[in-house]
Amino acid sequence: MRNLILGAALTTVFVLAALISFIFTPYDIAALDIPNKLQQPSAQHWFGTDHFGRDIFSMIMVGARTSIAVAVLAVGIGMGLGIPLGLTAAARRGGWLDEIIMRGNDLVFAFPALVIAILITAVFGASAVNAIIAIGIFNIPVFARLSRGAALGLWSRDFILSARVAGKSSARISVEHILPNIGNLMIVQGTIQFSLGILAEAGLSYVGLGAQPPTPSWGRMLADAQTLVSIAPHLALFPGMAIILTVLGLNLMGDGLRDWLDPRLRVLRA
Amino acid sequence: MLRYILKRFLSLAISLIVASMVIFAVIEIAPGDPAAYMLGINAQPDTIAALRAELGLDQSKLQRYLSWVGGMVVGDFGTSYAYRSPVAEMIGDRLWVSLPLAIYALTLSTIIAFPAGIYAASRRGHFGDTAVMGATQLGVAIPNFWFAMICVLIFAIKLRWFSAGGFPGWDRGFWDGIKALTLPAIALALPQAAILARVMRSSLLDMLGEDFIRTARAKGLSRRQTLWRHALRNAMIPVLTIIGLQFSFLLAGAIIIEQVFFLPGLGRLVFQSISARDLIVVESVVMLLVFAVILVNFLVDLTYAIVDPRLRGRT
Repeated sequence: MRNLILGAALTTVFVLAALISFIFTPYDIAALDIPNKLQQPSAQHWFGTDHFGRDIFSMIMVGARTSIAVAVLAVGIGMGLGIPLGLTAAARRGGWLDEIIMRGNDLVFAFPALVIAILITAVFGASAVNAIIAIGIFNIPVFARLSRGAALGLWSRDFILSARVAGKSSARISVEHILPNIGNLMIVQGTIQFSLGILAEAGLSYVGLGAQPPTPSWGRMLADAQTLVSIAPHLALFPGMAIILTVLGLNLMGDGLRDWLDPRLRVLRA
Repeated sequence: MLRYILKRFLSLAISLIVASMVIFAVIEIAPGDPAAYMLGINAQPDTIAALRAELGLDQSKLQRYLSWVGGMVVGDFGTSYAYRSPVAEMIGDRLWVSLPLAIYALTLSTIIAFPAGIYAASRRGHFGDTAVMGATQLGVAIPNFWFAMICVLIFAIKLRWFSAGGFPGWDRGFWDGIKALTLPAIALALPQAAILARVMRSSLLDMLGEDFIRTARAKGLSRRQTLWRHALRNAMIPVLTIIGLQFSFLLAGAIIIEQVFFLPGLGRLVFQSISARDLIVVESVVMLLVFAVILVNFLVDLTYAIVDPRLRGRT
């Protein structure tokens, strides 16, 4: 429970920062202020300024939008395609459709997210949308495997048998009875993939395969900081801490949710 | 056992074929003609046509796919559009940086993770366990390229123990090469070590709950003896699987770390090739990375079957 609260609190801070940045940031991140470049953290600029004199605190707030949007959409793609595939495979377990879906999954698994991103970028050029697609594709087999595994366990249960006796089709059973029962598991995994998505987006933006300037992103801020890190370490420190705390928060929340949602663990604790 | 190996081998071959088709198809979508790109905007149409013929671009898609795959099987990856040199040679040169880096990182990650995981499992619920698990939570959350930058700041710029980047080449001596790869390997190893330590701990804890451990304890062995003689050996199976998987991810992950340290590895080759639209190089490097993942999975499956005979029946 402690993990869940701490994780949820950290996550909320960054989600709020991203939301607030739509209506307010302490400074305008598009305005250049060269005389005030590379300022150390101070009362005026909490996290200092970058090589164009932009306020790093404001940039981290706006960067949170990019990170969160990319990760959320990538998890959405993974869930939206992966779960139906997994449920279909489970409903047709042992059949040719199951075999094709699972072999397809194995194939996608052989492509690390970075490699998918390299392929997409080589063909279509770098952008945040391509980062979303790359991370999203990587997420599909994760959810497909997990939902198939969980659904297989349910298909042999009595309540599913009674639904079949009642004449419901396997598609309807999957949606009405299986899906609600694997929902918790998917939410927990979603949280974990969300945190991996934040890390992946940062990595892709850092090497120039993700969000392109002027869209601020934490990975790009780190890439910009690289050559200046010896004279202005704060340029690297704060975006890095933002990534670490967000990922840590999501992981703690995922762990906490799993413990909280799994009734067996709750009984053990009681 | 032979039947199992054959079956797995067949599935390996199919995976590689399908993966190569996917990669080829995706690269095919790319707009633009490599020959026109190489010759620049002032090239004459007949010069472009001649180069297209020389590069084999005038053949049908199927022919080109077959010659690409057929070439790779015998080690001929084609000719780079940008450098006009054999892709196999370019990749070979870069592999001498990326492969040692991945192996170095994997070694470090194992050296860190084993003691940490074993210690945490043996102190379950105590302060030591909580401390190790807390550290691994943090390790998983730290982006390796950020950690790499911080390492450069501390160990290269402030303390001057290592150089901030670059690679002198192996011909300058083994230790110079190792020294240049040390910071990158540490940065690459850290998150993997955190994951591996968690797997080691949970696998060991699973084993410690088994009946045969209770028997060993009842027989009069101490906790320490049961842990080292019985539990650890059995707990290694999932751990080895993760080590196998990590190797291929380290090879891919090295791509990002190479950017931080300006290492002339596969990563830099791929990014140079993307910006130069040298797609044949991108295609080959991607195929090589995917091949590494598929091959390692295959080897892990085989090792599994050798270690645990029960798995051979289930294919």
